[in-house]
Amino acid sequence: MHEIETEKITRTVKELFLKASFELGRDVLDAFKRGLAEEDSPVGREIFERLLENADLAEKNRVPLCQDCGMAVLFVEIGTGVRIVGGDLTGALEEGVRQAYAEGYLRKSVCHPLTRKNTGDNTPAVIHYEFSPGDRLKIAAVPKGGGAENMSRVFMLKPADGWAGVKEKVLLAVNEAGPNPCPPIIVGVALGGDFELAAREAKKTLLRPIGSTNPEAEADRLEKELLAAVNDLGIGPLGLGGRFTALDVHLKIMPCHIASMPLAVNIQCHSSRHAEAVL
Amino acid sequence: MSQVHRLKAPLTRDDLEPLQAGDRVLISGPVYTARDAAHKRLVEALGRGDKLPVDIKGQILYYVGPSPAPPGRVIGAAGPTTSYRMDPYTPTLLALGLRAMIGKGRRGPEVKAAMVEYGAVYLGAYGGAGALLSEVIKEVEIIAYEDLGPEALRRLMVEDFPAVVVNDMHGRDLYEEGQKMYARGRQS
Repeated sequence: MHEIETEKITRTVKELFLKASFELGRDVLDAFKRGLAEEDSPVGREIFERLLENADLAEKNRVPLCQDCGMAVLFVEIGTGVRIVGGDLTGALEEGVRQAYAEGYLRKSVCHPLTRKNTGDNTPAVIHYEFSPGDRLKIAAVPKGGGAENMSRVFMLKPADGWAGVKEKVLLAVNEAGPNPCPPIIVGVALGGDFELAAREAKKTLLRPIGSTNPEAEADRLEKELLAAVNDLGIGPLGLGGRFTALDVHLKIMPCHIASMPLAVNIQCHSSRHAEAVL
Repeated sequence: MSQVHRLKAPLTRDDLEPLQAGDRVLISGPVYTARDAAHKRLVEALGRGDKLPVDIKGQILYYVGPSPAPPGRVIGAAGPTTSYRMDPYTPTLLALGLRAMIGKGRRGPEVKAAMVEYGAVYLGAYGGAGALLSEVIKEVEIIAYEDLGPEALRRLMVEDFPAVVVNDMHGRDLYEEGQKMYARGRQS
């Protein structure tokens, strides 16, 4: 048994949200540099330059990359050989969120859906638990902005819709989102599973580095096809027109019911913030 | 070739007449922040016949909910939020003489029509560049609705705040024109 203190979990979660809010991943920065070199639109190229500048300033000045510091989403993988000591796991994770958003001067963006009263500390977090073999605890923190999340969709397609139907709906979601979610976006697509599994897995694909090869050959081929089609839409950086509408499309394919073909499309803004740790 | 215009509130219809979709603007002076909750309160106040906490005639509204100011800074990250959520309230404010809005993302047909009717423009700021835009904000003062936290109505004093004209007062739309220019093949 690997014993992990809740205090350590809290500290880790806090550090992950701070890191994600101030520092963009190497993959995102590299994608911006590629955009700067390859975008046809002069305005688009200038936007990539500004985004690189923004990333520099955020890291240097410890000012968040974006004022929307997101809802705190956590993907937690618990090894079956892990034992949590010193308190409960959910409480420890949420305390880490609380501390990060208070100490990092991050914006608290969580409120009651009807009264709109702010909870004041950016909790509750959205936590997805999974079990895995081994004796490690893996935590991924994703501060997810509202503007991009608002453009995400779930479609319950008919089996007869096939791949053409999937492609059509992905393009529909991206095109209707247009300039709203701060393109160039990352499109997380999950096909199969059921209603909520598709939605969860679409978001989880955002953890994959931009430009990485999909370990499933079929999904790798199809996601490249989707990326090309999405970029033919011409929406471009910040929606002002251009070749880079998306920096990447990540596709996950899962078995589903014989009656169904669930499709979830999670849209992520260019400020694709996430950080991971293994304890 | 697009032009660069310097804007400073209060603005008149004549000041905005030369602006074309795609032109760059640099804004200096006051801009007022308001997003979802502040818009609701403003329009509710008008419904009751109350005076607004700020006279918006000729002014610029910036759709932003900044992150808290860290020690030594006047404001945290302060980039634009998505504008369509303010659409239900916007024509009412345009009728009162609001001249410019800063945000990101498309506006609805009623808002576009009201901009043409009353003579106002919609400006797009760098979405997702909150740390960068924080640099051009020099002073911050809460004017009303302090209880709304990030959604409070603030007056920002800005210096050379960069934006692009998305919707001019002549009915042009940069998002539509830009996408059309770069779209390839079948359109969905």
